[in-house]
Amino acid sequence: MAHDTTHGEHSGSKKRIWQVFIILSVLTIVEVVLGIFKPDFLVYNDLVSLTLLNWIFIILTIVKAYYIVWAFMHMEHETASLRRVVVWTAVFLISYLIAILLIEGDYIHDIYENSYMTWDF
Amino acid sequence: MEATTVAKTGTEGKIWGGGEQPLKASYGKLMMWFFISSDALTFSGFLAAYGFTRFKYINQWPIADEVFNHFPFLHGVDAPMYYVALMTFILILSSVTMVLAVDAGHQMNKNKVINYMALTILGGIIFLSAQAWEWKNFIQGEYGAVQTKSGSIIQFVDADGDRVALDEFASAAPVTRTKHIDNKGVWFRGEDGYNPLSIEDVKAGFAANPNLRVRTMEIVSPGEKEILNRENSLTKLNTSGVNVVEGANLTANEYGAPLFGDFFFFITGFHGFHVLSGVIILIIIFFNVLVGTYEKRGSYEMVEKVGLYWHFVDLVWVFVFTFFYLV
Repeated sequence: MAHDTTHGEHSGSKKRIWQVFIILSVLTIVEVVLGIFKPDFLVYNDLVSLTLLNWIFIILTIVKAYYIVWAFMHMEHETASLRRVVVWTAVFLISYLIAILLIEGDYIHDIYENSYMTWDF
Repeated sequence: MEATTVAKTGTEGKIWGGGEQPLKASYGKLMMWFFISSDALTFSGFLAAYGFTRFKYINQWPIADEVFNHFPFLHGVDAPMYYVALMTFILILSSVTMVLAVDAGHQMNKNKVINYMALTILGGIIFLSAQAWEWKNFIQGEYGAVQTKSGSIIQFVDADGDRVALDEFASAAPVTRTKHIDNKGVWFRGEDGYNPLSIEDVKAGFAANPNLRVRTMEIVSPGEKEILNRENSLTKLNTSGVNVVEGANLTANEYGAPLFGDFFFFITGFHGFHVLSGVIILIIIFFNVLVGTYEKRGSYEMVEKVGLYWHFVDLVWVFVFTFFYLV
């Protein structure tokens, strides 16, 4: 039951909590503001078949996830092996799952769009 | 006091037999991490399936800003995003109070743990109530729509392209019918609900209002759906309209593809279920803290473990928020 935080570094851990809270709030506000105004140059410009706006949303989400796991779930204080067991497993399996399903979904979309059968009648 | 401290296995320091802790984490914490990993994969499965369906109907998917645009006490005001942003903020705030409770546990400060855990539970309950309100709006719907033979949804707009609710132009024709009650049914089951507005009423009302148009599911440019001209609108409604849809259930919804409603109910519902179980576990641990269980045990690690779960619930919401409301 060893604790990494001793009484000495206590004020530091508290500061870190509020710091992360501010980062998470600012990122959420940025996402919401962009989601409401949807600037045209972000909506109409694509990068690798995804709009710039969606790239920003997804990257900010991953940054938020990083802060929640590292600071709030104390992943930064765990051993490197525990970190890898949890994070690598999730990252690789989820990337694989998403890649397979999105490619398949896009394929079915093409079938619907280009085949001689109509599905909207 | 020694007898009430954490149970020892007698294998401390032994390499074989469980004495080694290569990951420097207790059994309970490791198991919580394993659970979180598998649960994360479950949620990824849901969200990836949502992505699959969305890619399949990439040009027909409902526009989130039009669906989730309600805010308490602002009736009829178009307020996209604000409400979910508020919900997100409540959940992040409850995550902060949770991590403060864990921090207070490290200092063995019982009163602080009690206060911060109480605030966390409060945040969880507020979030659940907010979600209930969101579901209520989603299930009730606002404008109503018509389902076509193929299961697609057509909505109604005026000449300016603003949405028009069904009851603004169609009214139910008087019909004589008997309510189906449960003792008349084969399976002792009455009718679930009856919408007096029939498709014929909608067709008649539409024909009588020359400024009405049909809006299809097709997305013509970002955030904009196809609006048919009057002539095509009449043809579309009269030849393919089969059902009146108001609100949402698991088989149809007025917003668009039926699967949109299904994914909404399953993903936010599964997340809400996690919040609910999180609140229940928090309450149990809260009472343990109150009676001093962890004070006697000499460690507040149980608060840390429930904290891990609570942060995970927040983590999932961050992704649900992005993929359901933003992207």
